[in-house]
Amino acid sequence: MTNDSLQTEAQLNADFQARIDAEEKIEPRDWMPQKYRQNLIRQISQHAHSEVIGMQPEGNWITRAPTLHRKAVLLAKVQDECGHGLYLYSAAETLGISREELIQALHSGAAKYASIFNYPSLTWADIGAIGWLVDGAAIVNQVSLQRTSYGPYARGMVRICKEESFHQRQGYHIMMTLMQGSAAQREMAQDAVNRFWWPSLMMFGPHDAESAHSAQSMTWKIKRQSNDELRQKFVDQTVEQAEVIGISLPDPDLKWNEERGHYDFGEIDWKEFNRVINGSGPCNRQRLEHHISAHEEGAWVRDAIAAHEAKKQQRANRAA
Amino acid sequence: MDNDLTQATADYAVRLGDDALILGHRLSEWCSRGPFMEEDLALTNVALDYIGRARMFLGYAAQLRGGECTEDTLAYQRDCREFTNLLINELPRGDFAFTMVRQYLLDEHSLLFLDQLGRSSDSELAAIAGKAIKESRYHQRRSREWMLRLGDGTEESQRRLQNALDDLWGYTPELFLMDELETALYELGIAVDRAALQAPWQAAVHSVFSETAVTVPSGGWEVVGGRTGYHTEHLGHLLSDLQFVQRAYPGCQW
Ligand SMILES: [Fe+2]
Ligand SMILES: [Fe+2]
Ligand SMILES: [Fe+2]
Repeated sequence: MTNDSLQTEAQLNADFQARIDAEEKIEPRDWMPQKYRQNLIRQISQHAHSEVIGMQPEGNWITRAPTLHRKAVLLAKVQDECGHGLYLYSAAETLGISREELIQALHSGAAKYASIFNYPSLTWADIGAIGWLVDGAAIVNQVSLQRTSYGPYARGMVRICKEESFHQRQGYHIMMTLMQGSAAQREMAQDAVNRFWWPSLMMFGPHDAESAHSAQSMTWKIKRQSNDELRQKFVDQTVEQAEVIGISLPDPDLKWNEERGHYDFGEIDWKEFNRVINGSGPCNRQRLEHHISAHEEGAWVRDAIAAHEAKKQQRANRAA
Repeated sequence: MDNDLTQATADYAVRLGDDALILGHRLSEWCSRGPFMEEDLALTNVALDYIGRARMFLGYAAQLRGGECTEDTLAYQRDCREFTNLLINELPRGDFAFTMVRQYLLDEHSLLFLDQLGRSSDSELAAIAGKAIKESRYHQRRSREWMLRLGDGTEESQRRLQNALDDLWGYTPELFLMDELETALYELGIAVDRAALQAPWQAAVHSVFSETAVTVPSGGWEVVGGRTGYHTEHLGHLLSDLQFVQRAYPGCQW
C-alpha cells in the first residue's frame, strides 16, 4: 500500500468509529472495515444457523406433543424460529454473502451454531425447559442486540424480540403445569432443568477475559453488553421464576448477594463447554447430518424450480 | 336436536376432525426437513391450519357427546379401529412430490367440500367450514403452483410427480364415498353429498395436470376403509407417536 492509501484507510476507520460512537447505524452501502464485515458475517450467520438447528430438538416433539393445544403452540413456535433464521440470513446477505454459501459453511463445520442444540430433547419436559431457559437466555442476548451497530441486524432483532417473549412464556407454562402435576411429571420437569440449566448459562459464551471476539465487538458496538453481564441478568431473572413454580436450579452456590444486588452462582464447567463445542456433545453429528440430508433431499426440488423458471423465460421470449 | 341426531352429528364431526388431525400430523413431520426454508415455513403453516381445523371439529364433537369427552380424549385415547379418517390422509409423507400431490388433490377436494359444508343447516359446522375454506383457498393456490412447477421442471421432478400421482390415485375414490351416516345427515341438510363432488373435482384435477407432463391415471384400483376404521398399517405407528405421552402417563394434565 502507498502512503496515501494508508492515510485514507486510517481516515476511513476513524470516521467509521466516530459514527459508531455517535450511535449511528451502519447500513449495507456504507463503508466499513473488512474486519467489521467479517465479524458481523460470523456472528449473524452463527445466530441464523442457531435458529435453524434449534428447530430440531423442538421439532423432535411436535408429533408427540401431549395435547392438541400444546402441539399447535409448539408448531407455531418452531415455525417462528424458521422465520428468525430467514430474517438473519437476509441480514447476512446484505453483507455480500449468499445463503447457499452460508449453508455450505455450516455443513463444512466452518460456521458454528449455538452449542446448546447439541443436547438432546429426551422428554416432553425438555420442551418446557428449552422454551423457558434456552429462549429465555436467547432473549436476554437478543434484547441487547436490538442496539447493535449494524442496521439490518438491529432491525432483525427488533422483529425477533417481539416474537420471542411468547416462546419463553409457553416454555415456562409447560414447566408450571408439570410442577402442578403428578410426581412423575414433577420429576420429569426437575430432570429437564437439571440437564438444561448449565448449558443455558454456557449460551452466553466464555468469561469476558477469555472471549476471543469480545473486545473488538464491543468497540464496534456489535455487542452492547458483555457475556458475563448478560449471563448475570439471565440468572437474576430466572432464579425468581424458578421459585414461583417450585423447581430447583442445580447449583449449590446459587444465592442472593446483598452487596452486589445480584445472585452469585457456581463456576461453569468449561471443559464440558469446550468438549461440546468441539464435537463431543450428544447430538453434534446428528444435528449436522439432519440438516445436510434435508438439504440434499431437497436438491431436486430446487433444481425443478430453477428449470421451470428457465423454461418459462424461454417460452416468454419465444412468444415475444 | 334429538339424541340420535346429536350423536350422528358428533360422529360426522369426528370424521372431519380425524381427517384434519391425521393430515396435519403428516405435514408436521416436514418441520426442519423442507427443501428450503421458505417451504419449510409454508408446510408448517399448512400443518398448523390442519391442527387448528382438527381442534374445531373434534372440540365440537366433544361438546355434542358431552360427559368427559374433549378434543384431547378424542385425539389421544382412541385406537386405530376407532379412528375414522380417510386413508389418503394417513399415508406416510413420502418425498416432497408425494406430499404436494396429496395436498393438491385434497385441496381441490376441500374447496368443493367446504363450500358445501358452509351451507350446512348445522350452524357450528357451517362456521368451521367458513373459516377453513379461506385457508384452503390459500393452500390450493400453493399446491397447484407446485404441480405446475414440478410437472414442468426437470425430468426427475416429472418422474417423481408421476409416481406420486400413480401411488395416490387409488385412495381418491374414497373421498367421494357416501355411507349410511352421511346420507342420512345429508338428507337433513347437515352433511355434504360427497358423491356430487367427484365430477367437478375430476375436471379441476385434469385441467391442472393437462398443463404438465404427467398423465392422470385412469383408475383400475381403489382402496377404501377409513370411515369404518379399516386402516393401512401406517396409522398404528402414527398413533403410537401422536399418543405416546398420554399413553405413558395416563390421567395427567399437560
Ligand atoms: Fe428465535
Ligand atoms: Fe425462540
Ligand atoms: Fe403462521
